[in-house]
Amino acid sequence: MSEGAILAVTVPRWGMTMEEGTLTAWHVEEGAPVAAGDALADLESTKIANVIEAAGPGLLRRRVAAEGSTLPVGALLAVIAAEEVADDAIDAFIAAFATRPRPQTAAGTGLATVECDGRRVAYAVHGEGGEPLLLVHGFGGDMNAWMFNQEPLAAGGAVFSLDLPGHGASSKEVGEGGLDLLAAAVAAVMEAAGGHRVHLVGHSLGGAAALLAARERPDAVASLTLIAPVGFGEEIDGSYIAGFVAARRRREMAPLARRLFADRTRVTRRTVETMLRARRIDGVEPALAAIAAACFDGDRQRLDLASCAETLTMPMQVVWGAEDAILPCRHAQRLAGAAVHIVEGAGHMVAMERAGEVNALIASFAARDPA
Amino acid sequence: MARVITMRKAIGEALSQCMEADDRVVLLGEDIAGGEGSPGEQDAWGGDMGITKGLQPRFGKERVMDTPISESAIMGAAVGAATCGLRPVAELMFVDFMGVCFDQIMNQAAKFRYMFGGKATTPVVIRTQIGAGYNAAAQHSQCLYPLFAHIPGLKCVVPSSAYDTKGLLIQSIRDDDPVIFFEHKAMYDRVADEVPEEPYAIPFGEAHVLREGADCTIVAIARMVHMATEAARTLADEGIECTVVDPRTISPLDEETILECVAETGRLVVVDEAYPRCNMATDIAALAACEAFGALKAPVATVSPPHAPVPFAPELERAFIPDAARIASAVRRAVAWRPPAA
Repeated sequence: MSEGAILAVTVPRWGMTMEEGTLTAWHVEEGAPVAAGDALADLESTKIANVIEAAGPGLLRRRVAAEGSTLPVGALLAVIAAEEVADDAIDAFIAAFATRPRPQTAAGTGLATVECDGRRVAYAVHGEGGEPLLLVHGFGGDMNAWMFNQEPLAAGGAVFSLDLPGHGASSKEVGEGGLDLLAAAVAAVMEAAGGHRVHLVGHSLGGAAALLAARERPDAVASLTLIAPVGFGEEIDGSYIAGFVAARRRREMAPLARRLFADRTRVTRRTVETMLRARRIDGVEPALAAIAAACFDGDRQRLDLASCAETLTMPMQVVWGAEDAILPCRHAQRLAGAAVHIVEGAGHMVAMERAGEVNALIASFAARDPA
Repeated sequence: MARVITMRKAIGEALSQCMEADDRVVLLGEDIAGGEGSPGEQDAWGGDMGITKGLQPRFGKERVMDTPISESAIMGAAVGAATCGLRPVAELMFVDFMGVCFDQIMNQAAKFRYMFGGKATTPVVIRTQIGAGYNAAAQHSQCLYPLFAHIPGLKCVVPSSAYDTKGLLIQSIRDDDPVIFFEHKAMYDRVADEVPEEPYAIPFGEAHVLREGADCTIVAIARMVHMATEAARTLADEGIECTVVDPRTISPLDEETILECVAETGRLVVVDEAYPRCNMATDIAALAACEAFGALKAPVATVSPPHAPVPFAPELERAFIPDAARIASAVRRAVAWRPPAA
């Protein structure tokens, strides 16, 4: 998005269906210095609210969008540039930006399904080319858990994200709910990625599924990024798992949702409604109950994948929120040989809560440039 | 996988998915297929609004029944069949016709569970059209849901989106009690949003908070949710931030969410297309006055039509129906209100 020394700050696309966003608050005055990752503004879509981070350093030269304005995805919000860049150049940049055709979505974006063991596995593709990334969500989530990661990472090549069996738009029938089924679904989407080696990224239970898929198909996995993975310690917040399986109403879901973030104010009523929408689909409750029973026993995990991880030879990194209330971040110590990144001020949903930082870690590990 | 569909399509999809999954689900109503008893085309209509078209060829005449023009016969048959094990979805073409069949609903369906000590259940759904906007005059344009919400034993659903329509209609059919499902005729094709292809059920008594703001809570029913959202957008440009609450069901009513939002904003405007005496706006205003008095920074305001029959003349009908401008003025007055000097 940089043009010479001028950086455009635009309305991002959070999830496949987002078309516009409302700028709710500016956090930085015009003319103030910003560093990469600084919170510039708050933006909200019909589904979620989040901060807009600076993609690079400079001065916030111009706030183009006013607070309260609703703008289409791709529209210009602000301009970052060094002090040396002339005002005329900034004006010219803004004028040129206004006439530019708005990018619809990254090339190659789309939804598809693949069959695995007679079950439908839904997946999304953002961007194209390169050794693809494959993002695997956690228990109770779906591909939209990666809404702050898909598009930025797609700037460097194809990004696949799937709905695990029992989740999202995939088949809800999961049999015994064992991890091998989830790993098989990951492998099926790896196959669908066209026989390339993929960079696997798995969060929480999806981390365990990605790890098992990597064990089955080591030749097809270029690297493994595990984000707060299941399988590396005894403890888990079993009341979260049991509560999520049973939750049907906002009042049941809201306190659980807040446990996922270090900054609990991030969970709005709309965030909770979005979680409930996924949870309400017929078949989700028995699927989640089966998966939970297969993987967890109250506050204990049934799986220990540390020795499995040791047998793998592909590059491996682990990312964990320091304030993870579901799976404690000290479990990261048991991943011998992996590069460990503990992210301060983040909870279990670290890839949402610190999207810029986690995107940079994933991109540099897969040797690609994030947007 | 979710895709954008209209409320019309959402109703048809909920009905056909429930009929596929459960043989006990049957439909009956006037012209819900169309052509019954005539030698010509069958399934000619699919209801006066075409909602149920295609269901009779698919599920057969025994499960999709065209009835004579007798609302009391339709309701009596549906309520009786429900007590005997079926799960009928009966159509009362316009809620305005309730007068001729109200005993079947009010004194029979609503009372069975209570009067038989819980031994009888009546899993009947009555779908019916409400609302003005089509110049359909005084007998085909009313929002009579407060009359049903008044009766204990009836559950009343007033959806405002295609997503809620599908999930709440499925819940209605699965529910073991009589449910009255109110469809605003001006929303069938004008409201479309993201709806999952798979079946799902939204629990009753769970309000939907469409947006959150610090200055004023707007509670709105059915089509008025869209007017309220439009008003909230206009007000946001003026720096007034509103919370918009759609109760989704008015009986049961999610009092907790309404009171929670009133506590957060300190102001309440309730919007209801029903006549202003004893409607949901007065009911919810009373709720706030009784349970949230200490939180209120301004008098509660209601926005409703005048206490008059719905006019036929287009200009008068437009003036009758509450719109975004009236809602926005009510919010501005609430925000500007200051206690009179002592």
